[in-house]
Amino acid sequence: MDNKLNKVSASPHVRDKASTSFIMLMVFVALMPATIFGIYNFGLRALLIVVVTVATCVISEYVFEKITKRKITIGDYSAAVTGLLLALNLPVTIPVWMAILGGIFAIVVVKQLFGGLGQNFMNPALGGRCFLLLSFTSAMTNFTYDGISGATPLAMLKAGEKVNVMNMLIGKTAGTIGETSVIAILIGAIILLAFGIIDLRIPGTYLLTFVVFITLFGGHGFDTTYIIGELCGGGLMLGAWFMATDYVTSPITKNGQIVFGICLGILTGLFRVFGSSAEGVSYAIIFCNLLVPIIERATVPKAFGRGKKA
Amino acid sequence: MGSARERLINGLIKENPTFVMMLGMCPTLAVTTSAINGVGMGLSTTVVLVFSNLIISALRKIIPDSVRVPAFIVIVASLVTIVEFLMNGYLPALSSSLGVYIPLIVVNCIILGRAEAYASKNPVMPSIFDGIGMGLGFTVGLTAIAMVRELIGKGSVFGIAVMPKGYTPISIFVLQPGAFFVLAILVAVINTVRVNKGKNKVEIGCSPEKCGHCTQNCANAPKEAREGGQA
Repeated sequence: MDNKLNKVSASPHVRDKASTSFIMLMVFVALMPATIFGIYNFGLRALLIVVVTVATCVISEYVFEKITKRKITIGDYSAAVTGLLLALNLPVTIPVWMAILGGIFAIVVVKQLFGGLGQNFMNPALGGRCFLLLSFTSAMTNFTYDGISGATPLAMLKAGEKVNVMNMLIGKTAGTIGETSVIAILIGAIILLAFGIIDLRIPGTYLLTFVVFITLFGGHGFDTTYIIGELCGGGLMLGAWFMATDYVTSPITKNGQIVFGICLGILTGLFRVFGSSAEGVSYAIIFCNLLVPIIERATVPKAFGRGKKA
Repeated sequence: MGSARERLINGLIKENPTFVMMLGMCPTLAVTTSAINGVGMGLSTTVVLVFSNLIISALRKIIPDSVRVPAFIVIVASLVTIVEFLMNGYLPALSSSLGVYIPLIVVNCIILGRAEAYASKNPVMPSIFDGIGMGLGFTVGLTAIAMVRELIGKGSVFGIAVMPKGYTPISIFVLQPGAFFVLAILVAVINTVRVNKGKNKVEIGCSPEKCGHCTQNCANAPKEAREGGQA
């Protein structure tokens, strides 16, 4: 009877090997295709921005925790992931000091002041991006490709111009460092799905709702070029797979995640179709981050044996 | 005039409406985009506050208790109307940049709060000084917030450029989120100073049981009361 299963012990009985650092490391790895393509696409300056932003995030987390005498948590890679996500959301032309400021804001204000990893109410990388976007609008929307500053495909779509969908899939367009290549982002998403780090619930409902919304209200009907262009353009893919799925700022309940995805799709569609700017993914995500506590409260599952069937 | 001095210090520091009492948050967050707006808003509120305290204190024995709030509002609204017309006439630029927040002084909780809590129970002279103290406290609070916001968000103070030429303004600080950032940071700094100052002070006649309602910071309070009771 030397069977492990026969031992009597207190719960939890089922343990998982997953740890914060493993998950964060996997997200970091999954972001690599998009990062590498960004560096290939925009040149070495993109690498500089990525390195500076990641370093800023890790250092500011270390310094803040040192000053406030908390446990140093840079070993869980979450600050590095925040830094990488923030860098991928910046245009390659951004001045370095702005990238540094965004990193400090993301870590110190959005994450640490609210209690560190697990306590932040808003995705730190997106918080940092929106801070920069509101502070330095012109520097944050100065997109260049091949040395020529030009409109992003999304802005062209909004203006009613034709876009080359093939280039958008590969990523040979103007945009932020990491958002242009849909294929590279999807490779990363498949890695995360394969390891079970994320599931399809949030990104699936998000993208589906978004497609339904722009079909109904986009003014182009069921025009596949327009719909694929909107799906592949801007930060939608990066946001849906990597930022909306952030564990801390998305609902924990399964039904809640579906509600969350639907809210994201509707808001992104609203901002893109009716808003003044062409892009709306980051605002949609941080706004829905704020709704998460309400969504969670409304979708608490009934404990086994409790509550009547509706 | 010991009590006048005490009233002034009370309004400016001990019960500063902006940083300690957290009153009048709506104009505090909305109009502090530049230092001149902060001063203008603060001083116009001060004028209304001084005269409303004076009139309400003088009439405190005539106003029946059951209709005191409508009576206070009528007095305050009349004063605000006067201030509004005067500003429209003599300071049209400031008046247009403060916009709707001047008429909204009527519902500013500092004014009604001082009328209710102080002027309706105290003689005229202390009430006037209470109004001056509270009004100046509000002005100092607004100006401090507005100066920080203008300095970071526009690189200037009172419209005069003070930052070096290469400075890129962080314009989020003159937008709405900046108001919350600056207010929160200033309150955090002031609270830290106050808590540290109060640490070694023991209030006479202060017992740990009463600490929940007490506005002082004292060392013999239980930890929860010190953190929870202090606003």
